[in-house]
Amino acid sequence: MVDNEALERALESVMDPEVPVLSVMDLGLVRAIYQVKEVIHVDVAPTYTGCPAMDVIHERIKASLEPFGETIIHSVIDPPWTTDWMTEAGKKKLEAYGIAPPVGKASDKRTLWAPSPNVRCPRCKSERTDLVSLFGSTACKSLYQCQDCNEPFDYFKCF
Amino acid sequence: MTYQMKWDTCDPKTAYVLHLADDALILGQRLAEWCGHGPILEQDIALTNISLDLIGLARQYYQYAAELMGEGCSENDLAYHRDSRAFMNHLICEQPNGHWGDTLARQFYFDTFHFFQLEALAQSSDERLRHIAAKAIKETSYHAQYSAEWIIRLGDGTEESHAKIAQSLRHFAPFAHEFFVAAEVDRAASEAGFGPKVSDLSSSWVEKVDAILQLATLDPVDLGFPKKGGKAGLHSEHHGYLLAEMQSLARAYPDASW
Repeated sequence: MVDNEALERALESVMDPEVPVLSVMDLGLVRAIYQVKEVIHVDVAPTYTGCPAMDVIHERIKASLEPFGETIIHSVIDPPWTTDWMTEAGKKKLEAYGIAPPVGKASDKRTLWAPSPNVRCPRCKSERTDLVSLFGSTACKSLYQCQDCNEPFDYFKCF
Repeated sequence: MTYQMKWDTCDPKTAYVLHLADDALILGQRLAEWCGHGPILEQDIALTNISLDLIGLARQYYQYAAELMGEGCSENDLAYHRDSRAFMNHLICEQPNGHWGDTLARQFYFDTFHFFQLEALAQSSDERLRHIAAKAIKETSYHAQYSAEWIIRLGDGTEESHAKIAQSLRHFAPFAHEFFVAAEVDRAASEAGFGPKVSDLSSSWVEKVDAILQLATLDPVDLGFPKKGGKAGLHSEHHGYLLAEMQSLARAYPDASW
């Protein structure tokens, strides 16, 4: 048996391929790590249903745990992943990287046509920002622009 | 590929899951045709994002259907090795993209239906469908917001955009009517409790659609005489062309992988 903490530490270095400052632990994608008869099992939640990065994430998790032994990854969708699973440290890293972190809680997002939140510019911290496009460079992001510094930036959707 | 297709013996739940999967795959494929052709970059990206969400959702359903079929059936068999008559998507999903307004009118009707369908599926008696719906409804509310905003922009835009979107909305209304006319696959699902009674979804849909149309200075929706048959496998001629393009690689090179 390998110490679970050692496995968690190893997973902290597995970065999301699209947002390379966030680890799978920061994102809250790893739901459980357990060992059965020398085999390591990791339950991983998908972010978006069609996120093309999931295969890469699974491969990277496997590779990072290879030194500890055979690893099997299970994709689990219940309870569904939301941005609420992202850690506070993860949100800070995201903003420092230039992506505005999700605003508010995802739990109330099942309403249709909810008003857009006030998103803070990750560059100059102004809250005077405009939504440019609901869909951005990846499935999880919207495109915003700051009215004060004019910088366009990605917003990680609260989801 | 050793799996032998047996659609005629497909049980009601598998058929229903395939119907849900087919809607998502066929519309996802249609939207993917916009890739590289959007009027501006942001809109190109938006439609392909929605396409990606739908194809991801289709995979969730096909994987489930494949498990229900058993005997080594895979998601790829279901997506790439079935013929048109075995597909149970709504006719609206396979209709050609047309111009930008046509695509957005089709999307607006579908997204709004999809949202209420998923809301009902979140109460399904089937656990797996509940889980898939709980996840997909979040993405779908973004899609619905996006397509509704475009209806408002085009309807409340110029004289020309108003006339064009009104025409597109009229064109797709009888196709949208099919959402609420139960086919065999819907009846079996609602009787067994794993799917909603589709006629029950129509009032929420009409209410939401009309609210947006009013903001867009457009006339309320008139569903007209339904154009139906898709859920029974009777498709328009567009369906075959779509499948030909989507399935050709998988059929020419079985077991091809990236």
